[in-house]
Amino acid sequence: MLRASLREVSAALKEGHVTPTELCQRCLALIKSTKFLNAYITVAEETALKQAEESEKRYRTGQPVGVLDGIPIAVKDNFSTAGIETTCASEMLKGYIPPYSATVVQKLLDQGAVLLGKTNLDEFAMGSGSTDGVFGPVRNPWSYSRQYKEKSVPKSHPEDEDSNWVITGGSSGGSAAAVSSFTCFAALGSDTGGSTRNPAAHCGVVGLKPTYGLISRHGLIPLVNSMDVPGILTRCVDDAAVVLGSLAGHDPKDSTTIQDNFKPFELPNLTDVSKLSIGIPKEYHAPGLSSEILALWSKAADLFKNAGANVIEVSLPHTRYSIVCYHVLCTAEVASNMARFDGLEYGHRSDMSKSTESMYAATRREGFNHVVRGRILSGNYFLLKQNYENYFVKAQKVRRLIANDFMKVFRSGVDILLTPTTLSDAVPYIEFIKEDNRTRSAQDDILTQAANMAGLPAISVPTALSERGLPVGLQFIGRSFQEKQLLTVAKWFEKQVKFPMIQLEEVKRHDHGVFQHQKSASFS
Amino acid sequence: MRALSLSRWLRGAARARSTGPGRARPAPGPSQKVTVDVLDHLEHLALVDFRDSEGVERLQKAIQFADQLHEVNTDGVEPMDSVLEDRCLYLREDDVTEGNCTKELLKNAREKVEEYFVAPPGNIPLPKLEERETYLQSS
Repeated sequence: MLRASLREVSAALKEGHVTPTELCQRCLALIKSTKFLNAYITVAEETALKQAEESEKRYRTGQPVGVLDGIPIAVKDNFSTAGIETTCASEMLKGYIPPYSATVVQKLLDQGAVLLGKTNLDEFAMGSGSTDGVFGPVRNPWSYSRQYKEKSVPKSHPEDEDSNWVITGGSSGGSAAAVSSFTCFAALGSDTGGSTRNPAAHCGVVGLKPTYGLISRHGLIPLVNSMDVPGILTRCVDDAAVVLGSLAGHDPKDSTTIQDNFKPFELPNLTDVSKLSIGIPKEYHAPGLSSEILALWSKAADLFKNAGANVIEVSLPHTRYSIVCYHVLCTAEVASNMARFDGLEYGHRSDMSKSTESMYAATRREGFNHVVRGRILSGNYFLLKQNYENYFVKAQKVRRLIANDFMKVFRSGVDILLTPTTLSDAVPYIEFIKEDNRTRSAQDDILTQAANMAGLPAISVPTALSERGLPVGLQFIGRSFQEKQLLTVAKWFEKQVKFPMIQLEEVKRHDHGVFQHQKSASFS
Repeated sequence: MRALSLSRWLRGAARARSTGPGRARPAPGPSQKVTVDVLDHLEHLALVDFRDSEGVERLQKAIQFADQLHEVNTDGVEPMDSVLEDRCLYLREDDVTEGNCTKELLKNAREKVEEYFVAPPGNIPLPKLEERETYLQSS
């Protein structure tokens, strides 16, 4: 039953096939036995069980709050959670217990969700592998799947089995791994340059990046204020719509949320795609795109074409500059946002006490890893008076050009863009660490971060398994605030490709199924 | 003096890049020569140090990477601050609606006295390059 979707398990709770405390306990047990994945930084066992008990009371009196009542969820560790340590995987915030909860966390709790714990990430969400946090890297559950083992681990080297594990992608790797390994039914991530969609593609789960301004960022420890959004990771598109429904909407505490009325929606079962216009941006055939993913992308385009949709090639000419633009704007905003960490009011504080400035310098020296420090210094460089026009303002101008590219394409009648999410399937950790964080981010974010530049909604849907037995996802980008259309198309696609379920030994042991899932013919 | 040897290293790297066989050396652009002064200034501004030569290399590479922006023609283009620029964002009334959470806020501070956060003495600038323990000083 842990392998069921959020909606299925919610129905089971309603009908009394399982109780919230039972569900919570099973998830907690599974978290313990999948500890080697390192997906969780903090497991809030006591509070989770308490929440589950209260949910159970509500179900017993026939008054559950909603679909999310009693559902175990996980939250990325850069969302503030009152009373629960929030570290952002950094020395700077180790031991920090926020006095308030992020709006999105509070909304989930108000809906009765059970918060199992905080998931692992790259330090301060900077990275594309979930490998650079102080609590260590997150392992992709697919490394231990039967599918991967059959295809990739040579039988003659059993010692290599442990060193062959692949990364989750990042920076919301912990959240993706948690959903993928069935320890929770939905997880919150954050998406600034692809940090929700990238690990979603590598871990075979659905990763939704909503439109900028739809979901509150209050309580999300900011990286890039003009691009951050909370991301949603679930096992299927319908679940993502459910979670979106409970999170979206204006928040007076975040003035960058739009004031339009948001109505939660149920996704229709699309049968006729002939009125759809799907755009294939040619620039997304980026250098380094694996031939496997290119083939899957073509196949997907053909899938839509054969079903009657209008599939056309489009051009987003400034795509190749979006990663450079992102690099400048991101480091500049990071330089500003990280200035709040000085040790005075919260977080790590150095013992150096000769002067305020030297205390700040020592605190930041001790608290940040080289990735964060590097970005702060680069950002400060681009913001220097002599460089401000040439770099920062220039990047802002290029940002407008990128956003305009998308506007032009959507105005010409295209409804949805279809692109790959990543350049390849997940790489083994030992390969990944050969290049430094900035190089990796520049390579891996290339397909995802233009959507953050333009603030558009985007979703990664697991499509098929690669030759190595690892998940590959494809990305849909939609118009601003048209999540319903985006998710409807994504759901249709998901139904067509029938992505296989991960076969994990640990889960089989814990799961005395109420539901039996059959593996159906897959897309590849 | 040790401070000079780093700038020599930086200039040497720039020279190696821009010299061709027997050709006049082209004037290095602003990105190719990040002076020690600028690095020192950055350490002061950011209150973060360059730990080692890798840190400085990282900055050099970042600047090189960012220079690609100059290939784009942005004549007549307005800079974009936010994707929500066409909307009027919410501003609430200037009324006090919450507060009185001194205890909670002080919980997270390490050094405090009564209701104050305690900081070491201010108005003391960070030591100069020669007196600091920083990579920029050593070679």
